[in-house]
Amino acid sequence: MADLYQIEDLRLSLADMTAKPLFGAAPRLEILKGLSFTIPKGAVVGIVGGSGSGKSTLGRALVRLLEPSGGAIRFDGTDITHLPEPALRPLRRRMQMIFQDPMSSLNPRHRVGTIIAEPLRLHGFDAIPDRVARALDHVGLPQSFAARYPHELSGGQRQRVGIARAIALEPDFILADEIVSGLDVSSQAQVLNLLERLVAELGLTLAFISHDLSVIRRLCQRTIVLYRGEIVEDRPTADLFADPQAAYTRELLDAIPLPDPAQAWA
Amino acid sequence: MSFLRVNNLSVRLKKGPPLLRRVSLQVAAGDVHGLVGESGAGKSMIGKAVLGILPPSVEVTGGEIWLDGVDLLSLPLAERRRRIGATAALIPQDPLTALNPSHRIGPQITDRLVDILGWSRADANRRALELLAEVQIPDPDRVMRSYPHELSGGMRQRILIASAFAAEPKLIVADEPTTALDVTVQKQILKLIAGMQARHGTALLFVTHDLGVVSKVCQRLSVLYAGMVVEDTSVADFFAAPRHAYSAALLAATPKYTDPAAGLQPVPDAVIAQVRAEVVAFDRGAAHG
Repeated sequence: MADLYQIEDLRLSLADMTAKPLFGAAPRLEILKGLSFTIPKGAVVGIVGGSGSGKSTLGRALVRLLEPSGGAIRFDGTDITHLPEPALRPLRRRMQMIFQDPMSSLNPRHRVGTIIAEPLRLHGFDAIPDRVARALDHVGLPQSFAARYPHELSGGQRQRVGIARAIALEPDFILADEIVSGLDVSSQAQVLNLLERLVAELGLTLAFISHDLSVIRRLCQRTIVLYRGEIVEDRPTADLFADPQAAYTRELLDAIPLPDPAQAWA
Repeated sequence: MSFLRVNNLSVRLKKGPPLLRRVSLQVAAGDVHGLVGESGAGKSMIGKAVLGILPPSVEVTGGEIWLDGVDLLSLPLAERRRRIGATAALIPQDPLTALNPSHRIGPQITDRLVDILGWSRADANRRALELLAEVQIPDPDRVMRSYPHELSGGMRQRILIASAFAAEPKLIVADEPTTALDVTVQKQILKLIAGMQARHGTALLFVTHDLGVVSKVCQRLSVLYAGMVVEDTSVADFFAAPRHAYSAALLAATPKYTDPAAGLQPVPDAVIAQVRAEVVAFDRGAAHG
């Protein structure tokens, strides 16, 4: 199977504004410290790690919302590491993102229909109303929702709108960054089942960022564990759970509160 | 003898729908009681009612809240506040919004002891340092002089735990205290809260949506739907065999990494219909009775 993404020695540093002197440049803080991996077409890859591990930064580098400071990212054969914005724009349609907090990623002044239509218009699609209708269908929302505002929806419904906006563009790749961490368990289950179905139906490649290994286990065939900006483990999910290699992976697994009072915490 | 006893508590939006429907529960001294349910089920609302911090848009329409042998709702406001302030405390959800960003940590722990409980500044400072050590904060002296933004999320939550235990309250309401933290930090904080609670013999009302967390820290739990208690039982019985269909569905929706095929089942429509019908029947009964 061909690779959609090839990442080689990816480095990314950001200015540490908390340590910036009054005059002069802020010191650089190295967030990603040389990551190498590939994402084959059609794969569902989980990216897991604690806060500050660099998982969201990695995600933002993959869809080039951030520019790496070293290494290379190849997307479907094209080197996008330092590609300038005009050259990136046609590729942006093919790499979409679903955000963690639907309340801050959906414009509160726009109706759901407009929210889904806007990127379609920007990318020059035709038959936009049909595409919006189809996207709503795909995520299991009734057509009447096109006329609603985000504040009229529940958390799970808002997250469905985020998914509809992403898939309407017929992307190759979707990055989902902690998309269920703000939801109740039952809405979590619904959104994950939906995502699982869409990935299969539309042949998407998915990178799923989460701090929750239980969710990753359910959804992803392969898991990358990040710790302080480095990959400590990158293996098929089943193997990782059966026999975690890195000490940090074991720590993450031990920390999950299993819903079983018989299993006390060490 | 239960330290906290809530009897038939009803709360509603002023001129609006009910938010709590005759909720009853009891928490014995030294026990941890979990309140679980989906968002909007009213679990935080119970904690707020007990602490007398309901939002102004909400009113209590009936019931009793017995705290340490006194029905709080029968007391005049000033007396009620004094009693709650002396016997109960809150561990809030989000440590960043609960701490004042422009004040140092020290006074945020000690001001309540000095201004409300009449301690001397020196005693309050000594107590704060003791507690910061008890919640395993390295270098408590430095932390007392720090501002919230200089500390990590886990450290801030430790400070709020120290602050909650400062005046030796007999009841603590913990409102989703670890939702903002990642799993490894969550485990440390939960173990810390459980340890402090056991050492101090505090009754703990623990609000959470995570049944995994309940199984680790609580002895009893109430499952809420639309402000109604659908099940009130021991943790052991609940996880062995939940009685209500809605409880069973919540359990099936909870992810279980040891059994990926089992967890993350959406709550079936039939179960939602059943529990909604119970709410409607309850409201009809309340209107006639």
